[in-house]
Amino acid sequence: MSLTFIFFTVLAILAIASAIVTITARNPVISALSLVFHFFMLAGLYLTLNAQFIAAIQILVYAGAIMVLVIFVIMLLNLGDEEKLKEKFNLRKVIAVLLASVLIIQFFLIYLLTRSGKIEIAENTAKLSTVQSIGQVLFSEYLLPFEAIGLLLLAAIIGAIVLAKRKLT
Amino acid sequence: MLIEYVPLILMVIVGFVLAVVFLFAAEWLGARRTTREKQTTYESGMIPVGNARQRFSVKFYMVAVSFIVFDIEVVFLYPWATQLTTLGLTAFIAVIIFIVILFAGYFYELVKGGFNWD
Repeated sequence: MSLTFIFFTVLAILAIASAIVTITARNPVISALSLVFHFFMLAGLYLTLNAQFIAAIQILVYAGAIMVLVIFVIMLLNLGDEEKLKEKFNLRKVIAVLLASVLIIQFFLIYLLTRSGKIEIAENTAKLSTVQSIGQVLFSEYLLPFEAIGLLLLAAIIGAIVLAKRKLT
Repeated sequence: MLIEYVPLILMVIVGFVLAVVFLFAAEWLGARRTTREKQTTYESGMIPVGNARQRFSVKFYMVAVSFIVFDIEVVFLYPWATQLTTLGLTAFIAVIIFIVILFAGYFYELVKGGFNWD
């Protein structure tokens, strides 16, 4: 057993456990906290995949910013303990099961294809996905998309203000 | 390749363990003499009124949204900062344009009163 394998196993078990706590906890704050824990474990899993930049972003943006939004929504809605909802028609559950099974089939296909060698994993992923090499490409080859992201973020700010500062009559 | 991250992982583990140890040490070692006054909800010396679980104003959400936008701005500056010396002037000007675009958003928010509470 290599170090990577042990690392992956520990992270994967903790990630699945915290994901289960997230969806089963009655208290929404406990749900949110275990989701933060889950995001940290995912960041560790990205490191095992050599995706250094994505691991950093996972913690910076997801565990930082997105979780702030989730906690704010919990506080804004003043959610207490979850109450049992009477669902007459369980279309939602049917769709959820369908989507989950599609995902499982995809994972299985990817596993089979990599096993049989039809999908090749690039050799220099460790080099390509560091923050340095992403910076190198983003600010030379993809300079225009980078500026477009700036405009997109500007649109996000303006949209948020237009929505929040609207005078309700 | 994972070996490179061992210091980082150690730091995360030590941070987590320290937080847990401090919490439990305070619980275990600390003296506890509870009185009626100590057990009441702290409300600046006043007698507590009503429920603490009140709905928060939607204005807090505005703060969170602006935080996310500028957080993502920082995320894009991060790869640039690591390659500052090799990328040169073109990338520097591009980043300045990027920051100016987002500064326009900041200015818009300032003018529209996005940072005012009322």
